[in-house]
Amino acid sequence: MAEKKETNAFIQGLRDGLPIGLGYLAVAFTLGIQCRDAGMTALEATVMSLVNVTSAGEFAGLAIIKAASSYLEMAFSQLIINLRYMLMSFALSQKADPSLGVGHRLGIAFGVTDEIFGISIGRKGKLEPAYSYGAMAVAIPGWTIGTALGVIMGNVLPASIVSALSLALYGMFIAIVVPKAKEDKHVAIICVAAVIISSICAYAPVVKDISGGSRIIILTIILSLAAALIWPVKEEEN
Amino acid sequence: MSGNIWIYIAVMAVVTYLIRMLPLTLLRKEIKNKTLRSFLYYVPYVTLTVMTFPAILTATGDIRTACAGIVCALILAWKKQSLPVVAFVSCVVVFIAQFIVGLI
Repeated sequence: MAEKKETNAFIQGLRDGLPIGLGYLAVAFTLGIQCRDAGMTALEATVMSLVNVTSAGEFAGLAIIKAASSYLEMAFSQLIINLRYMLMSFALSQKADPSLGVGHRLGIAFGVTDEIFGISIGRKGKLEPAYSYGAMAVAIPGWTIGTALGVIMGNVLPASIVSALSLALYGMFIAIVVPKAKEDKHVAIICVAAVIISSICAYAPVVKDISGGSRIIILTIILSLAAALIWPVKEEEN
Repeated sequence: MSGNIWIYIAVMAVVTYLIRMLPLTLLRKEIKNKTLRSFLYYVPYVTLTVMTFPAILTATGDIRTACAGIVCALILAWKKQSLPVVAFVSCVVVFIAQFIVGLI
């Protein structure tokens, strides 16, 4: 019986993961195009996507590779940009059965992305490893193959399609932020402030010389800390 | 590119995995510190916003087509459409906007 229950959870994971995998395929395709523009080979870009599985992180990583910044700056940018996964990992640790083994915890951790986290946390009951693995089994190949296709096929697409596709990743970021801003006005205020301040910092004299990667890190820390101090989050919101 | 690409990728992968793995494996209690919790709560939205703006304005090579895409993405996201739908339809709008801009 236990085995059957596990199989069911895996199949449910596959099913819920399928739309995620298809979405990843499309978005990763545009990431692949940008990898090619940054001078990466198909193998390098594909391995990067396979071992990272993070749109925002890889996207920021590309900027650092392009700018030939230090490894330390790379580590720090990943830490800040992917800090939300730490929050998700905390949340999942509360949903996991205390008896859940370290092996499964290590496995589930690899697939902590915004979308897989979303379906895992939304599911009733305790965290089921088989369900997470099912979702990962379609989502991760979608992300990895999409990246490979972007590098390989990006240059056979007409320029008009490539420039249109370059909006895809940003579109996805907007799709994450706006619904949250709609339900929490503090998030809305800090994000509007972030748009204005980030734009000023990118073009104003002196501060515009700060690299894009550093600007993202510095503004994220300052603005998030300011928001945390002005509007501390109540228990139920977190 | 002056650094070794494989080292960059390894650094990214190790840092990203540690972030995902450490709380889930080591922590079985909740974080109590209110400021830290609040900070972690705001980080994802702020970082995605500063990554998007102002870079999105120059992403398509023409600020007018980019703005068409932004408006589309904002409306669809406001209506709580799924991530791939918002991303894909915004791209289609930019694609169409390019032809309209070309006609003007």
